[in-house]
Amino acid sequence: MQEDIKVTIIDRDGVSHTIDAPTDMAMNLMEVVRAYELAPEGTIGICGGMAMCASCQCYVNSNHKLPEMQDDEEAMLYEAFYVKDNSRLGCQIQMTPEMDGLEVELAPES
Amino acid sequence: MISTDILIIGAGPTGLFTVFEAGLLKLKCHLIDALPQPGGQCSEIYPKKPIYDIPAYPEILAGDLTDKLLEQCKQFEPGFTLGERAETIERQEDGTFIVTTNKGTKHQAPVVAIAGGLGSFEPRKPLIPNIADFEDKGVEYIIKDPEIYRDKKVVIAGGGDSALDWSIFLADVAKEVTLIHRRNEFRGHLDSVEKVQELKNLGKISLVTPAEVIGIIGNGHVNGVAVKQSGEEDKEFNIECDHFIPLFGLSPKLGPIANWGLEIEKNAIKVNNALDYQTNIPGVFAIGDVNTYPGKLKLILCGFHEATLMCQAAYQIINPGKKYVLKYTTVSGVDGFDGTRKEAPKAVVKKIN
Repeated sequence: MQEDIKVTIIDRDGVSHTIDAPTDMAMNLMEVVRAYELAPEGTIGICGGMAMCASCQCYVNSNHKLPEMQDDEEAMLYEAFYVKDNSRLGCQIQMTPEMDGLEVELAPES
Repeated sequence: MISTDILIIGAGPTGLFTVFEAGLLKLKCHLIDALPQPGGQCSEIYPKKPIYDIPAYPEILAGDLTDKLLEQCKQFEPGFTLGERAETIERQEDGTFIVTTNKGTKHQAPVVAIAGGLGSFEPRKPLIPNIADFEDKGVEYIIKDPEIYRDKKVVIAGGGDSALDWSIFLADVAKEVTLIHRRNEFRGHLDSVEKVQELKNLGKISLVTPAEVIGIIGNGHVNGVAVKQSGEEDKEFNIECDHFIPLFGLSPKLGPIANWGLEIEKNAIKVNNALDYQTNIPGVFAIGDVNTYPGKLKLILCGFHEATLMCQAAYQIINPGKKYVLKYTTVSGVDGFDGTRKEAPKAVVKKIN
């Protein structure tokens, strides 16, 4: 079993949570948020993780080298609201050992 | 007043399969859905995406699953109230319920099954400061009647399929169509993108990209939008129009159901999973993604199971004390309300010399 990594997530109320995320369960950041119930069910991961809604939009505050943005994620962010330069869709960020120490903030619900 | 045995709120996969299971028990169903077509998320969000965990289908597209479910329940002649959202529920003295939609359509049934998924799909509204002042006064988030745009000047904002498809459609109806998107690339079916390109070349659609609408202009009714276009230098200008149609997709909201007096937990309706998925209101059930109980999994296949058990309880409510025994479709066949009958072919009994 691979060791868990630490990830810091600031929820939509501004509360910071540093949590353990498994790297061997093919989980993405959106799923980690749901697993820890850091956003109410039904307000995150609506499309299930297909980059087809922007309910898992987050702002990446740390300098991690993130997986390159695919066309569908980029297109979705161009239709989303509250988008900033460091916006990403949580469902497109896989939990790998390289993501240890990642810091993100959840974008407002829209 | 539309009368039925089981009134189903939500025409997604769970709601559609309920029609079949209810039909086997000779119960009629009517479905209400806020979307204009059946299938729920499967049709609205990801019709072209494959699903791999529907039993016996190694792979099926979400849109095809909807088609198959409609075909499977067809002989039980479900009624549909589409494009309307269930708004209120009133319990009558005789124990039945009247559910009224936002458009005032009334439905009466002894059993209500809420199969509402994540809720009804509501349009996502762009963050334009004064947009609320112009809602239904030239700003429409959903196109209900394209005729109102005839010979009008229309501005559409958005970069997905609905923005493309409506721009194409309205190019033949409206006097002017302007499509505004935050970038030059659009995401949609290839033929839609190509068609918009063609209409742009013909001068039937004006394209303003990369740009966004930052304000609405008008006095009581829209007569223009303020636009900010990016480029080497950002520029701001106004576009004269009669209608502004922002199409930024839909997001589900539990909505009015949250005020029906049901026990809600984590944006879902608590049900009795030991028995029949009934809510705290006797006669009202919740099945599929909309319900919650210990160990709940939001999977289509779980919704099918929940629907099946719920129909047994509905049968008892509608036919109190009446005996019933589970029948296998292979043995009994399927008798449709439309007079059709499906049955296993008879075995051949013939002597072999």
